Amino acid sequence: MRQALLLSSILFLLIPACIRREGGIIIAGSTSVQPFIEKVAEQYMEEHPGSVINVQGGGSTAGIQATFNKTCNIGASSRDLKVSEKGLQIILIAVDGIAVIVHRDNIIDDLTVEQIQKIFSTEISNWQELGGVDTEIIPVTREEGSGTRGSFEKMIMGDKTISDACLVQDSNGAVREIIATTPQGIGYISVGLVDEREKAVSINGIEPNLSNLITCTYEFSRPFLLLLRESPTGEVKKFIDYVLSEKGQDILKKDGLIPATEIQSD
Amino acid sequence: MKDKIAEKLFLFIAFSAILSLLLITFFIFQQGIPLITKIGLGNFFSTTWSPTKGQFGILSMIIGSLMVTTGALVVGVPFGLACAIFLAEFSSKAVQNTLKPILELLAGIPSVVYGFIGIVILVPFIRQNFGGPGFSVLAASIILGIMILPTIVSISYDSLLSVPNTYREGSYAVGATKWQTVTMLLLPAARSGIVAGIILGMGRAIGETMAVIMIAGNALKIPGSILDSVRTLTSTIALELGYAAGDHRAALFACGAFLFFIIIILNIIAIRVTGRK
Repeated sequence: MRQALLLSSILFLLIPACIRREGGIIIAGSTSVQPFIEKVAEQYMEEHPGSVINVQGGGSTAGIQATFNKTCNIGASSRDLKVSEKGLQIILIAVDGIAVIVHRDNIIDDLTVEQIQKIFSTEISNWQELGGVDTEIIPVTREEGSGTRGSFEKMIMGDKTISDACLVQDSNGAVREIIATTPQGIGYISVGLVDEREKAVSINGIEPNLSNLITCTYEFSRPFLLLLRESPTGEVKKFIDYVLSEKGQDILKKDGLIPATEIQSD
Repeated sequence: MKDKIAEKLFLFIAFSAILSLLLITFFIFQQGIPLITKIGLGNFFSTTWSPTKGQFGILSMIIGSLMVTTGALVVGVPFGLACAIFLAEFSSKAVQNTLKPILELLAGIPSVVYGFIGIVILVPFIRQNFGGPGFSVLAASIILGIMILPTIVSISYDSLLSVPNTYREGSYAVGATKWQTVTMLLLPAARSGIVAGIILGMGRAIGETMAVIMIAGNALKIPGSILDSVRTLTSTIALELGYAAGDHRAALFACGAFLFFIIIILNIIAIRVTGRK
C-alpha cells in the first residue's frame, strides 16, 4: 500500500519532467516582441520540420527574470536592461517606434509633444482645444510596469505624469481595439501594429513611417532585444541566426519594424 | 486489500486539496504582508497607486470593487429573485424544465465571452446614449449582474422549493392570494437561503476579473458617476502581474491578501445567516 502511494507520487513527479523534455525552445518576455517573434518562429518551424519553438508573453521584466532563472531558453525585452539586470547576452533584432493613434474619423492629423503630454495628463480634455470637433477626449494608456508605457513615459511624457483618469488596457491589441471603436479615443501602440482601422498621428509634423524611423527623424522608438544566459549553441543558435538572417529580418520588416541590419549607428 | 488502497488514495487526494488551499493562503500572505508592514497601513490605504514610484494606495480600487459589486447586486438581485419566484411558484413543470437548464447554462459561459458581448454591444450603447467613455461602472454592473443571475436564481429557487407545501395550503386556506402568500409567507420562510444566494453572488462579482477588465476601462481615478471608468482590485492584479517585479509584485500580492480577507468575511456571514434559520 505504501508502495502504491510512493509509485503514484513518483508518477506525478515524472509527468512534468517528460513534458519539459519535449518542449523545444522556449522564448518568453515582452508582449510587444511576442507577435513579431511568433511569426518568425512559425516560418522557422515550417522550414525546419521537427523543431518546436514556444513563444510566450509575460512582459520584458518577466522575460529578463526567466532568462536569469533559465525557465526559458531565450528572453525577449522591449527595453534596455537596467544596471541590476546586467550579465546577459543581448542581441538587437529590430527597432520599434511608438505611434500615437486616434480614431480614423478624427480630423486631427498632427500633434506636438506638448499637446500629447497635456492630453495624457488630462490638462486638455476636449478635442476642440486642439482644433478638432467638440467632444471629450478619451485617453487610453497601458498598465503600470508595461514596456510600452515605460518607453512612452520616457520619450514623450518627460516629467509629466499620466493621469489616473486615463483608461488602462494591458496589451497593444486591447488599446488598438478601443481606439478603433471609440471616436473620441487616443492611445499609443507599436508602429508595426497600426492597421487601417485607426490612424497614427504625426508628432511635431513627423510621420511615424518606415523611412522616418530608419533615419531616426521620428525619434520615439525602442529596441527589441533577445536575451541569452550564455553563448548560444545548437538549436538556439540556429534560431537566432535565422532571426538575424535576411529571411528573418524581412518578416520583421514587413510588419513595420526596422530590422537591426538596417540601422547604421548602434 | 484493494479497499484499503483505495481508501488511503482518496484520503491522500482529499488532504492534497486542503494542503494546496493552505499553501495558497500561506504563499499570498507571505508575499504580501511584508510590503504592508514596510510601507505602513497609511500608504496602503491611500488613494495614490503608482507602484513603480513607491505609492501603493489601494483605496480607489477598494471603492471601485465596492461600486461594481453593489451595481451588480442592484441589477442581479431583483431579476434573480423575480426569476426564482416565477420558477418556483408561478410556472408549470414544463416551463421549469426548460427555463432552469437554460439559466444554468448561463453559468457555463466563459467570462471572456461576457466581456466580449459587453465591448461589442453594451459599451458603444452606453457611450452613444449616455455619454462618457462607455467603459464604465454601469457597463460592468450590468454584465456582472447577468453573470451572478444563475447563482442567485438556483439557490433562491431551491430554498423556495424547500418551504413545506403545508405552509402554502395553510395560507390559501385563510384566504391569502398567491401574491400575498409569496411576499408574506414564502419569502420570509426562505430568507436564509435567499440571503446566502445573494452573498455567494456577491462573492462571484467581487472575484470576477476578465469581464471586468474588458469593460470597466480600468482608470485608477475614483469614479464620480456610474458613467465613469473604474478599476477593481482583481483587475489590478491581473493587469499588472505580468510586468511587475520587486515591491510592485509584492503590492499585488498584498491586494490578493486583502481580497482573500474580504471573501473569508463574506463566507463567514453566509454561513452564519444560513445557520441561524
